[in-house]
This record gives sequence, C-alpha cells and structure tokens, in this order.
Amino acid sequence: MSTVATTASKSDWGGGSRPFNVSYGKMMMWFFILSDALTFSGFLAAYGLMRFKFIATWPIAEEVFTHVPFTHSPQPLLYVAFMTFILIFSSVTMVLAVDAGHHMKKNKVILYMLLTIIGGLIFVGSQAWEWKTFIKGSHGALETRSGNILQFVDETGKHVNIHSFAIGNSERIADTRDKGIWFSEDSHAVPTISVANVTAGFKANPKLRIKTENILANGHKEILSHEASLSKIKQAVGVVEGANMIHNEYGKPLFANFFFFITGFHGFHVFSGIVINVIIFFNVVLGTYEKRGHYEMVEKVGLYWHFVDLVWVFVFTFFYLV
Amino acid sequence: MSQNSSHTKRIWFVFFLLLVITVIEVFVGIIKPAFLADHSFIGLKLINWFFIILTLVKAYYIVYAFMHMENENSFFRRLMVYSIVFYVSYIMFIFLTEGGYMHDMFIGSDKFYHISKDF
Repeated sequence: MSTVATTASKSDWGGGSRPFNVSYGKMMMWFFILSDALTFSGFLAAYGLMRFKFIATWPIAEEVFTHVPFTHSPQPLLYVAFMTFILIFSSVTMVLAVDAGHHMKKNKVILYMLLTIIGGLIFVGSQAWEWKTFIKGSHGALETRSGNILQFVDETGKHVNIHSFAIGNSERIADTRDKGIWFSEDSHAVPTISVANVTAGFKANPKLRIKTENILANGHKEILSHEASLSKIKQAVGVVEGANMIHNEYGKPLFANFFFFITGFHGFHVFSGIVINVIIFFNVVLGTYEKRGHYEMVEKVGLYWHFVDLVWVFVFTFFYLV
Repeated sequence: MSQNSSHTKRIWFVFFLLLVITVIEVFVGIIKPAFLADHSFIGLKLINWFFIILTLVKAYYIVYAFMHMENENSFFRRLMVYSIVFYVSYIMFIFLTEGGYMHDMFIGSDKFYHISKDF
C-alpha cells in the first residue's frame, strides 16, 4: 500500500509495479486455479468420452441418486440440489467475508468465514452420506457373463429388492486367508443370496420383470416381459449388491469409477478448502490481517473456495443433469 | 469499493440468480418437458443444451462477480478466460467425437464388424 510510486519514478523498471495490476499472491492463486480447472476438465472430458462410447447403456443418474435422508420414497435430484444450494450459499458468505475485509470490518469477516466453514462441512458430510448410500446400494441386481446388469421391477416399473422375492439363502461363505484360501480372497462382501435363489424367486413370481441396461428411444431403460426375462435370467452369473470399483448394481462399473473419482477429487478440494478456511479464520480472529493492514489472504482463500463451487456447478450438470 | 451497499446488493442479486437457475434446472430435470427431450440440435438434445447454457451462465457469474474477475485488468482476464475456454472447447470436441466413434465401433456397424468383435 505504501509502495505507490511517485510521479517522478513512474517507470515500469523502477520496482514496485505489479504485472497486470494483480498482486503476486492473487496471480499465483489464479494460475493454480487455471491448472486445476484443466485437471477437472480432463476428468469430465474422460467421462464424456466413456459416456459417448456407452451412450446406449449408460446408467441414468436420476435413477441412481434418488435417496434423501430420513425418507424412503425416491426423490430424483432433490438431494443433489440441496448440496448445490449449500455450496452456492457458502460461496455467498465467502464473498461477503471478502467484501467485509475490504472495509476492515473484522467481526463481520469472522462471522462470514465461520458460516462458510459450516457450509463446507455440511457439503462434505452430505457427500459422504451419498457415497455411503451408493456403495451400500438399494435393490441389488444380477450381473451377466458379459458384465451387463439385470435389475428387477414390478409391473408398474418400480424397483424391487432382490431380497424381497429370492427363495433361500446362499451357502457360500467368504474366502479368507484363515480358511487356507489365500489365492482367491474375496475383496468385497459376499452376497447373502445366490443367482439360483433369485432365479427361483423370479420364476415363482410372475409379476416381476427384468430391467436391462438398454436405453430405448424414449429415454427410459428397457423392461422385458416376464417370459423374455425368464430366458434373460439364464445369462446371470452373479449377484451384485451396491457399488464398488469392480461391480455396480446400477449399471456400468465405469459409472461408479467416474463417480468415485470425480466427486471424490472434488470432495477432497472442498475438504482442503475447509482446512485453509479454518487456518485463515483463526488468523482473522487473532488479528493478523488487522495488523497487516489488509485482508488479501481472505481474498485468496475466497478465490479457491469459489473455484470449488464453480467445479461443482459443472459436476452437477454433467454428472447428474445431462 | 467505496459504495458498500451496492457491492452487497450485487452479491445478493447474483446469489438469487444462481439459486433461481439451479431451481429451474432441477425442475426441468425432474419433469423433462417432451419438447426439450425429444428434439435435438447438432447431435445434442435440446434439454442438454438448456442445461449446458444455464451452467455457463452460472459459471460466468461465479467467476466474474464472486471471484471479482470483472474488476481485474483486461489482459489478465483474457489470459485466464481465453486459455480455459478455447482449450476446453477444443478438448471436449475431440473427446466427444472420439467417444461417438468408439460407440460406432463398439456396437459394430457392418463395415466395422470385425473391430467390434475385439472388444
């Protein structure tokens, strides 16, 4: 602030001038954001590539993420919309903190930064809940030899949990080292029912239909007749419950991979944003920036926080909406 | 920066704009109007164009208003915005074109039947 050049030495070579009139720290934050934006663009481009490759069988996100805490009826998009709202709101409190910093209002900066941190924590918590729900799965499905997923619906097209109609229990227990089977250890929980149990239950229940991965011209997934389902179910080789990196009851495992990778990387950004926000928050409380004479650090961490919000806007569109 | 109230006013205006756009997006995403879902333009459904354009509007307001890009030096602004806009448009075009090609290979038209067998 005191480095303003006098008219006599108003030369670019005299020192004290800033390229583009941007301070060093802010410019470096922008450069970091630019490179990080390119990383996220790469992820979303890879997602687009695989989605276009499997355009006829890709999972429909609204049918996957339908869960809202404390309710049981499927509510597509609402929970993600809530998460988006939380992040946008925390962005607003962040920009209000920056604005209060410009006017050297310490108490307002403290209040708004605190609200921002709380918003970030709610968002990360929501994301953890969504991961948990996705990993746990909701209805279970069968997987065919070629890796296609067969889901079960009733005659109205509502999803049916495989446990609700399967007859009997699987006798298979997990292969573990202490049983002497070290070469084929089960890395994931073994389903409590087998393909035979599900098939038997399906035959006994003529109201059930199979929903395949194929997307019809009207944008919905194909639902086979009971007779066609009976021949389709013969191709099943395994029961899938929930989603992980290898199996996914909602459809393509690639979808789960991208979900974990993109939202995970974004969630990690939110987490690190919270950590940086907390550090800056305590610096504000201690009066560090009051003594320094300006709140530029709040501005810099604000840039990062808005960037996290910006990325979420794109993830929301390309993962959940489109 | 001397007019505090006008700054805060703009922040809240942008907030409500972002909120309204998100609500519209979610609403359209749930009801999926037949007109938007059935027609397409340059290989993309109108509903997807709708979402992408609204997303870009949101991105513009976040970068220009919240990140104060509108107050930066114009050369600096171009350095940041042009870099990402042109590069990402390019890479999206390349990747999505390639993805469409892979899809044709994958389901196998008669011409490429031997290739699709390899997948």
